[in-house]
Amino acid sequence: MEPIDEKELEEIGCGGCAPRVEQPLSRRAFLRRTAILSASGIVLLSRSAWAARTLDSSGPRRRLVVVFLRGAVDGLNVVVPHGESAYYDARPTIAVGRTGGQGGVVDLDGYFGLHPALAAMEGPWKDGTLAFVHACGSPDPTRSHFDAQDYMESGTPGIKSTQDGWLNRALGQMPGAHAPTDAISLGPTVPRILEGRVAVANIQSGRAAMRPMPLDRPVVESAFDRLYIGSDPLSRAYREGREARQRLTAELAQDMAEANNGAPSPQGFSDDTDRLARLIQRDPTIRVAFMALGGWDTHVSEGAGNGQLAGHLKPLGDGLSSFAKALGPAYQETVIVVISEFGRTMHENGNGGTDHGHGNVMWVMGGPVRGGKVYGRWPGLSTGSLYQERDLAVTTDFREPLSVVLREHMGLQPPQLAAVFPDAPRTQGNVSGLLRA
Amino acid sequence: MLEASTIPRQDRSLHVLNRLAFGPRPGDLERVDSVGADRWVQQQLHPESIEIPQVFIDQIRTYSTLHMSPVDLFVEYQKPLMQARREAKQAGGDKADLKGATKDERLKERVVMREAVEARLYRAIFGPRQLQEVMTAFWFNHFNIFAGKGLDMVWTGAFEEQAIRPHTMGRFRDLLGATAHHPAMLFYLDNWQNTAPNSPGAKGKFDGINENYARELMELHTLGVNGGYSQQDVIALAHILTGWGLPPGRGGGGGGGGMRRAQTDQQMFPPGLMPRGFGFLFRRRQMAREGQMPARVDPSGFHFDASRHDPGPKYFLGQTIEGAGEHEGEEALDILARSPQTAKHLSFQLAQYFVADNPPPALVHRMSQRYLATDGDIRAVLELMFTSSEFWDPRYYAAKFKTPYEYVVSSVRATAVPVINFRPLYGTIQLLGMPLYGCQTPNGYDMTQEAWLNPDAMMTRLSFATALANGNLPLLNPPFEEEDGASGPSVVSKNGRYKGVNFGGANHVKMDPVDPAAVTSAMGGGLSPNTANAVETAPPQLRAALVLGSPEFMKR
Repeated sequence: MEPIDEKELEEIGCGGCAPRVEQPLSRRAFLRRTAILSASGIVLLSRSAWAARTLDSSGPRRRLVVVFLRGAVDGLNVVVPHGESAYYDARPTIAVGRTGGQGGVVDLDGYFGLHPALAAMEGPWKDGTLAFVHACGSPDPTRSHFDAQDYMESGTPGIKSTQDGWLNRALGQMPGAHAPTDAISLGPTVPRILEGRVAVANIQSGRAAMRPMPLDRPVVESAFDRLYIGSDPLSRAYREGREARQRLTAELAQDMAEANNGAPSPQGFSDDTDRLARLIQRDPTIRVAFMALGGWDTHVSEGAGNGQLAGHLKPLGDGLSSFAKALGPAYQETVIVVISEFGRTMHENGNGGTDHGHGNVMWVMGGPVRGGKVYGRWPGLSTGSLYQERDLAVTTDFREPLSVVLREHMGLQPPQLAAVFPDAPRTQGNVSGLLRA
Repeated sequence: MLEASTIPRQDRSLHVLNRLAFGPRPGDLERVDSVGADRWVQQQLHPESIEIPQVFIDQIRTYSTLHMSPVDLFVEYQKPLMQARREAKQAGGDKADLKGATKDERLKERVVMREAVEARLYRAIFGPRQLQEVMTAFWFNHFNIFAGKGLDMVWTGAFEEQAIRPHTMGRFRDLLGATAHHPAMLFYLDNWQNTAPNSPGAKGKFDGINENYARELMELHTLGVNGGYSQQDVIALAHILTGWGLPPGRGGGGGGGGMRRAQTDQQMFPPGLMPRGFGFLFRRRQMAREGQMPARVDPSGFHFDASRHDPGPKYFLGQTIEGAGEHEGEEALDILARSPQTAKHLSFQLAQYFVADNPPPALVHRMSQRYLATDGDIRAVLELMFTSSEFWDPRYYAAKFKTPYEYVVSSVRATAVPVINFRPLYGTIQLLGMPLYGCQTPNGYDMTQEAWLNPDAMMTRLSFATALANGNLPLLNPPFEEEDGASGPSVVSKNGRYKGVNFGGANHVKMDPVDPAAVTSAMGGGLSPNTANAVETAPPQLRAALVLGSPEFMKR
């Protein structure tokens, strides 16, 4: 009989039972993450569908990665309309400079330019795998982070009672068989966008990385194995939980070993994206992944080419760029979208920041993307064109580009799409050609 | 024949302890046996007849914020934070400075939520009036509000204490009315902004009808989703409820404030959720203290603003409600509370919670009839259910899969471990996807097996069981100090917005391992042959964990 290691139990005792959570909107907290399993391990949420699913590795792999910028990023300073003088009039201290100068935009198409902190994204733009959809957002007028994030994750703007998230619904509609590791979420808890019937593997991050659960000890495992030997729902749930945990634990342990052997990289967003990229390469069953990055609520001292926003954009751009590289050939089968709940006011406020606005910019990146183009219908920044005379107007419903990705990349048929986005408005054609045929 | 379709005598006590209570503590089975399960049920239906030990009363008294009025809570905990933020912003500086300047106030504010969470768990684990605790959790979920939304951070505990708890077994109409008047509900479902268009008070944020509360009031709180009402009824009810809101500010609830002020407020609270007016309210109270002016604010935090109310007649659910100001709302609540649809909806929910995920329709029907015959007497409906043949049908014995809250609370009860530090408990409930006061959507949490049984839940439950059984949860750690950054009460939303929990195991006070025989005995034996065999052949230090992690213990 193998004795229980008291010290180990002591260590896992609390960690296994309470999450080590961090302020989600703090960039520092996010950057501090070194990911992998916390003692809580893999969070697999599902309702019932998991029971019937089996693994099937045939067919081409298509993946969708969603990055949520929580806190409403200032899209006008991400993809800057430097061809429009109203932009400079409205933002005397925080406008990003025109091309050429110090801290000026990286020109994209003569009218729009990229924030200089996103210089790393110039590569994907130039090789035609990065596109933007500007003046994109939710039809719901709320300027509450709470409501707007909720709507963008539920996929049902204006309806609060929707219990599942659109990404989970999309997963449930995807053709082919499903594995327990179909969807990976990096973060402290399974996010709203991935709640629902289909099982989701949640990879914790933080200092609790790789801390074992009591169940990982063979003696504990075999004892519990004997409790759940039947064909009843509890036994099936138990066995599937064991299987998923063993699988991801092994993959992440290997990843950890490789990471330790490699050159040390600065901790940050790219650590998480690199890890996710390796997981995706190693496990062909992963179809959907989700990450969130906080710290975009720039009411005060937003900065222009340098400053607070720049400090947040830099690791984001670097992380996405290195993610593309780390994916290797899998990049050709992957679409990455970056979304945020709403944009910010066109005019800067009295504190050198911006307040809650409306329209924003969506990023769409990956091998299947027909990039090098800013999609959408640009409404302009004259006072009459603004939403409520203060914000960039929404001319493209956020569900439209997402629908294109789900349909053309992930293979959903119109009825399945309708299940993901019920009551979505008719397509306006603002994003036609977004993906390569 | 009847005998054969009734739960065997030896299981009756465990059945009522699992359904009317959060499972047995050691000795409970013997206590229920000695008075008889039927009589014990009657006692639980009359909580006032059950004596509460002094030590318990003293402990509850220490949670001082539970007993404060909404207005006092605002003044003591929210207002200082707002002021500190405003001053820090006026002084300039970046976001980090702002955070530093408001640190003390933020930490102070978190105490309110922590007390609500701990008081809930303390009463559920140690309280003798168990049905009262079960019903409090049930009704809170029915009238769910989300503590992570703005002002409800300081009002959620008060909402449960003042609007839910006193009415758990009384008349439904009283319960409904108490929730409808509580500022936590008016704020959560946005009715504080609900304003008749073109009324004298319509201005700024208060510029039109907000249907949110009216809709949920019918769909979730009373009639039910297919309760036979139309969109026109929703609109009519919204008009009826115009002006039901929070105490007014300068200008009597209309405009005022201006953009600069509104922007400032948006930063203090989850966006745009700061009722104007409360600042003025604070100044008035201060003036009143200084003898300059009497305070005229209702401490309950409810205020009816006639200037934002639609005075016209409304056609609602087939009847005409004449313009009568605030009273129209009471009339509508009367209609809703007395509706057969409401009787059916509530009876179904109660039977689903207490009997089976798919409750027997005949029982639901009889409960509805009792509800209507007693003008919505909750106790009478419960009594019918607890004495019904369906409740005692062996088919429904141990048929309910415990929710995360029930699993954690019942585990601690069965092991009889002392608890000083509640964090490991609410942290686990949160990890299992059911954070206390953290359900964002107004429909509350589902109470069915389908909602809670999944692979990860099993892993997390068994890990918790193992740690608890081995004495490895830091439940005896001294009460923590609120810290900055990663600490605070566990109000966690499902999409990751939360006030963090820092839950250090580093200095944790070692507890004794749990005696497996004591846990088994608390459950009255009752393990299946397979479980009993797995427990007997396991290493001794794992046996208690196996009992707590057994299929039998997952169910109630």
